[in-house]
Amino acid sequence: MSETTERPPGALQLLFNGIVSENPVFRLALSLCPAVAVTTTVANGFILGVAVLAVQVLSSLTVAIARGVIHPRVRIPVYTIIIAVWVSAIDMTLAAFTPSLYAQVGLYIKLIVAFAIIISRLEVFASRQPLVPSFWDAVGMGLGFMIALMVIGALREVLGSGSFFGIVLFKTKPLLFFALPAGGFFSIALLMAFFNALERKLTGGTAKPAAGGHHG
Amino acid sequence: MQAADGGNTIESVTIRTPNQVRVTFRGPFDPAGATTANFRFAEAAAPDAPMALEGVKAEGRVVTLTATQALHATERYKLEVVDPPISRDVFPTAWATLVTLFLSSALINNFVFTRYLGLCIFFGVSKKRDAAVGMGVTFTAVMIFTAMTSWAVDTFALQPLHLGFLQVLVFIGTVAAVVQFLDTMLRKTHPALHKSFGVYLMLITTNCIILAVPLLNAQGKVSAIEALVLALGSGLGFALALFLMSCAREKMELARVPKAFEGLPIAFALAGLFALAFMGFSGLDFFR
Repeated sequence: MSETTERPPGALQLLFNGIVSENPVFRLALSLCPAVAVTTTVANGFILGVAVLAVQVLSSLTVAIARGVIHPRVRIPVYTIIIAVWVSAIDMTLAAFTPSLYAQVGLYIKLIVAFAIIISRLEVFASRQPLVPSFWDAVGMGLGFMIALMVIGALREVLGSGSFFGIVLFKTKPLLFFALPAGGFFSIALLMAFFNALERKLTGGTAKPAAGGHHG
Repeated sequence: MQAADGGNTIESVTIRTPNQVRVTFRGPFDPAGATTANFRFAEAAAPDAPMALEGVKAEGRVVTLTATQALHATERYKLEVVDPPISRDVFPTAWATLVTLFLSSALINNFVFTRYLGLCIFFGVSKKRDAAVGMGVTFTAVMIFTAMTSWAVDTFALQPLHLGFLQVLVFIGTVAAVVQFLDTMLRKTHPALHKSFGVYLMLITTNCIILAVPLLNAQGKVSAIEALVLALGSGLGFALALFLMSCAREKMELARVPKAFEGLPIAFALAGLFALAFMGFSGLDFFR
């Protein structure tokens, strides 16, 4: 819990880090439950992504501001409470403004409180860095999560219902399989394998297989 | 049940699948009343739209109604008799409700394969069979404790005080407190047990299933016994998923997997196959 002495990285680097090199879903393999559960359409992925982005940014900011006050021994319960407060706020906001989408993803928005990605960013980053870098780190991670959900959502919606963001693309019979529960698992398997293969190509096959860590 | 003077009353009504209702009267039933016009049988949800009856058969005290559509032992119905004038609600037996709830939470709505919850632990702990079994057992036990505690908090504190908006905050606090309590208790009273299961206990605290069960219970406004059965079913369903997956992954160590699919991707594909298999449980009705 000691302060790091090195200079915090810049905003662009933090954004790139969150979206590409440490993408929460494809690279860190954290918070996978909603990645399979709500990604039957792009819109569902988008709304959950927005919720996670908001919770991540708000709780990172809160922790970055309050990090001098929080005693290290009780930090995990305090982080949990901070996250739970922001989740409740976002939950009620979405329920009020987008009732139709909320009806489909409501349970998963409440469950953001148990997302490993958010608390791990608080523990690893926001509790040790000043306000501005913490903000960019949170934005990067949140965007990375949102983009991952929307990529999975796009694959499943195009193949499973033949539409994109609700706009019908083709009228032939779609592959219902991808809209089903099982299709979610397969879509993620394919996308993860694709990103692994891509990385092997780019790094010349020296990189270790990604998506190693799984916690919470 | 209105006991008319000298009239007959109903002793019991049971649904006999697929489409029969067995009505037992306290006294002998007049065979002249055994006509379809004398009975009205409707779903409790739509009491004004009685279903068509195919036939009525009277044998002593027992009258058997035959409906043209399928009846379910787990639905609620309303029975009305014109002569003698009797109106009666037909409730499913508690046993039927509980068994259905159990099966549906364990198999039909399996948390891992159809609701996609608890995936982090599911993929993290399913590499070795021993660990998977240990996790499954710990998980089911903790689930029952946390579900009952949260149910009590919700029913006796949050609902009477209209504090529903605090659900998330209160439930995660309750879960964390219960897990901490179990950890301390286990370490003091059964050190050996704590040595083998303690590591899983800490993993459980921030798991989404353990939080989802209280939330689902609160959403459905279930009774205490239903909350218990739901927690038990969910826990055992999760344990079953973990066990199946760990067996398959142990076998997979011998298989030659394409380089890009090594690690998590192939595990996801495997889970997809299990999910396909579990789809076979949807529409399962134990009492059909």
